[in-house]
Amino acid sequence: MAPTGAGKTLAGFLPSLVALSERGPQGLRPKGLHTLYVSPLKALAVDIARNLDAPIAEMELPVRVETRTGDTPAHKRTRQISRPPDILLTTPEQLALLIAHREAAAFFAGLRCVVLDELHALVTSKRGDLLALALARLHRLSPGLAAIGLSATVRQPDELRKYLVPQGPLPPPPSAAEGTLQGGETEGARDDEPSERGREAPRRAAPRARSGLTDGPPSPAADGGIAAPMADLVTVAGGAKADLRMLDLGRALPISGHTAWHSMPAIYDLIRAHRTTLVFVNTRLQAEYTFQELWRLNEDALPIAIHHGSLDVQQRRRVEAAMAAGQLRAIVCTATLDLGIDWGDVDLVVNVGAPKGASRIMQRIGRANHRMDEPSKAYLVPGNRFEMLECQAALDAVEAAAQDTPDARLGALDVLAQHVLGMACADAFDPLDLYDEIVSAVPYAGLTWESFEQVVDYVATGGYALRAYERFAKILRGPDGLWRVRDARTAQAYRMNVGTIVEAARVRVRLGRSLRGKPGTVLPKTGRVLGEIEDEFAETLTVGDTFLFAGETLRFEGLAEDECLVTRAPPGTDPAIPSYAGAKFPLSTFLAERVRALIADPFAWDRLPRQIGEYLLQQRRRSVLPGERDLLVETFPRGKRHYLTAFPFEGRLAHQTLGMLLTRRLERDGLRPLGFAANDYGIAIWTTRDVSERAARDPDFIGDLFAVDMLGDDLEAWLDESAMMKRTFRQCAVIAGLIERHHPGLKKSGRQVTISTDLIYDVLRKHQPDHLLLRAARQDAATGLLDVRRLGMMLERIQGRIIHRSLDRVSPLSVSVMLEIGRERVYGEGADEILAEAEAELLQEALS
Amino acid sequence: MAAGLRLEKTHKHPTLLLAGETLVLDLCGGLWLPEHRTLIVSDLHLEKGSSYAARSGQFLPPYDTRETLACLHEAVVRHDPARVVALGDSFHDARGPERMEPGDRAMVAALQDGRDWVWIAGNHDAAVREGVGGRYAEALTVGGLILRHEPSPQPVPGEIAGHLHPCGKVAMRGRAVRRRCFVTDGSRLVMPAFGAYAGGLNVRDKAIESLFPNGFTAHLLGDGRVFAIGKAQLARD
Repeated sequence: MAPTGAGKTLAGFLPSLVALSERGPQGLRPKGLHTLYVSPLKALAVDIARNLDAPIAEMELPVRVETRTGDTPAHKRTRQISRPPDILLTTPEQLALLIAHREAAAFFAGLRCVVLDELHALVTSKRGDLLALALARLHRLSPGLAAIGLSATVRQPDELRKYLVPQGPLPPPPSAAEGTLQGGETEGARDDEPSERGREAPRRAAPRARSGLTDGPPSPAADGGIAAPMADLVTVAGGAKADLRMLDLGRALPISGHTAWHSMPAIYDLIRAHRTTLVFVNTRLQAEYTFQELWRLNEDALPIAIHHGSLDVQQRRRVEAAMAAGQLRAIVCTATLDLGIDWGDVDLVVNVGAPKGASRIMQRIGRANHRMDEPSKAYLVPGNRFEMLECQAALDAVEAAAQDTPDARLGALDVLAQHVLGMACADAFDPLDLYDEIVSAVPYAGLTWESFEQVVDYVATGGYALRAYERFAKILRGPDGLWRVRDARTAQAYRMNVGTIVEAARVRVRLGRSLRGKPGTVLPKTGRVLGEIEDEFAETLTVGDTFLFAGETLRFEGLAEDECLVTRAPPGTDPAIPSYAGAKFPLSTFLAERVRALIADPFAWDRLPRQIGEYLLQQRRRSVLPGERDLLVETFPRGKRHYLTAFPFEGRLAHQTLGMLLTRRLERDGLRPLGFAANDYGIAIWTTRDVSERAARDPDFIGDLFAVDMLGDDLEAWLDESAMMKRTFRQCAVIAGLIERHHPGLKKSGRQVTISTDLIYDVLRKHQPDHLLLRAARQDAATGLLDVRRLGMMLERIQGRIIHRSLDRVSPLSVSVMLEIGRERVYGEGADEILAEAEAELLQEALS
Repeated sequence: MAAGLRLEKTHKHPTLLLAGETLVLDLCGGLWLPEHRTLIVSDLHLEKGSSYAARSGQFLPPYDTRETLACLHEAVVRHDPARVVALGDSFHDARGPERMEPGDRAMVAALQDGRDWVWIAGNHDAAVREGVGGRYAEALTVGGLILRHEPSPQPVPGEIAGHLHPCGKVAMRGRAVRRRCFVTDGSRLVMPAFGAYAGGLNVRDKAIESLFPNGFTAHLLGDGRVFAIGKAQLARD
């Protein structure tokens, strides 16, 4: 573990280079892959290969290094299997494909070392689950394998240490049953594996079934008090302290908004005063806005570029190349540049908007000045007053070197289903051995035998109570007790659909040309592709809408053959950026705590810009400032409506869920809620009836409203209906292979997915609510899009600590969240309201 | 979710006049002809789920047939029709009837009991001719109406067809709502697909627009009632 910029990646290869150079000359030494390197980014693998080549050539080491990514041509892949390099650099998805290969056992039998780069970034996602399962297989194929994880500084290094080593005894390699350790046996020998292990298996299964393990996070207690095995930890102390400040304009910031428009001239001046600046923002739309604004100010025509995940790959590569060559003065970028590619001579990092998490900000800062002994220089630029508080909390956290990386994950069931099919593609598998192998991976250490059996059943025939698909089974259990893949087509379909990154369906954005002579006519297919936008975003566009994309204001002209056709909007057009440009990352729990502590402690306000202190004082005069652990609830009238605001500081996702649940409750209590809005800090709900009056009559009313039982039936009922749940289900269905993105012999885009997963979801929920994929989706919802777990923790925290104030008008704190109204979708608005409005327009036409 | 959603009972299943016949647009997606006590449903696509398993190895939940039949059952109980017309593509493929679960098969038989049941031939199930009760027809005339699966390219007054699975999309304030719908110009009508797994085609697609050169109204199936939406308010995909 080392801070960003310490040079850990090359350090990770040192043991391998030493071992490889000490081997005998070529021809005498054992053949085969010695070291495997896995990185989250294809580009990073390629970058590392370049960086390794130099020292290897210099020292004239007899070492062959190759990369294997999605771009590697087929003939090279084949050759890599038959004649493996010494060191192979690849990604988690390519590794999943490798271990599912028929030759995997032989290919990995001699593997001595596996290096997992940027492990802190990988383990927080489903890719981390996929990698954990692959690593368990590697440990089994090559007993004694050394696993090295490279990570930025994290909060719980022990979680990563456990991730690297098997958490239980592993069965022997599948192909080594006959005592051949080289893995050089023929296909036939492997298929005829003795069923001996199958017979001894039930004896081992029995204690497992009694051990009482549940599908919960593995706890030390479950291991009978024995400490879980962990890898050794090497910590590199931080280098020079970062030179980090908040950009203070010395005047009042707006109460709301994330664009930081007021700071653009100052940012531009910073760019001018430095060699190369990375300007990080939180969302794609923010990137577009910032880029646009900087160019408006760019009188010196400085080379300033933009980089985000939706832009055309070619354009991104061009920007990266120009950056590496030192031709750019600034790049406006999103999280796509968060990870450790060395972009050369960056001497300043500017982070626009809320930092959201202390560890995130430290990693971003580390992108500047990739040298340990010199301080990284960075500015935090708040977009509004609350973000100012958040920036100060982040500064304090960085000063204290406090980390807030997320907790370890529970292994996802959809990823496991994908892996089980892959293992059947590699070789016949014994379910008991495979189970032992899987629970040796820390994310799956708590997996019960019953859940594993359900996953196998799902892979075989879909896992339905109605046994409709027995005769189409994808994997079949032979008389020897081993499971085998049905046929080559099934294996091919597996290979085409491997991976856990389910991109939202996207459409290409193509620049059309309007005919000057005939306004309104657009020539398609003439312009270039600018990039891709989410299908869901495109859905909401109507012809004539303008939006910012690829650094330009574009006019939507319609969809043509799955492409989104646009023209350049006339100069001076204000883009109507469709609403939710909100923060993509939730505020970390840790930073939220620090913000609450800042607000609660007037002595700490000295460190804040003066205007913030004044703002907080005003709030104290008009209402109250909540204590560190309190929840402030305010109710007040405004216009013809009544408002309720609350400030849990738990992030937008948790607040949106909270808003839904509170709205349901208020509805049931007859208060007629009309809608709500949420931001990272709080929520506002508006109603027709007077909440203050109700609270005055019933002193328990507000407390009951926020009671923990909110997470019971209401949540279930709402969750199941929510669009977010459907989206989550779609991802699980794709990862688990229920829906195949690609069919052998057919090329299909995401947009043409043959059957709507919403329809499937509705039918499945009604007829088999406990189905594996619904369980997987609910597990995701708990931590992912809906952040239910965090909401639960918040409700526990605030019991008995709710401070309610009935006010006669809006308070300074409440103004901030009130300003979100109208900027967001109104959640109280059902599909029928929208349809009714459209219908009314028809009636109007008929009557006029 | 919001308060103030007041359903007007009269609009839940609105009524239309077409070629002098009264049509009730049922919220379930069926068409009820009270004067003929006839219920029409189109594009059931029974056994679509199992068709995917057989052809491509994707195991969609095998409950679509019973879901579709349950909705149909509800409509049949509500109207107690003397005749039910399935307007084609009743099965997703010709081998659908073979794959049907015994329970679902019994459900079909129960629905058919005591009523005239007509399977109109569709393009997916033209080969299905027996084994699922009822009688078969290429097209059917009921009063002034002509019932067939595929709409004729030329305007035919009084024609009721399916095949196209029309859907209407309303986009407003950054939100899009997409629902199955009936489409009509007052002279002919295209029905929404009834099947649980049947997808949809936007009514602004050429295939549907070209059938109604003088414009149309789409009747979208909402959560609580059917909504009449003008062409101008309907967004393209």
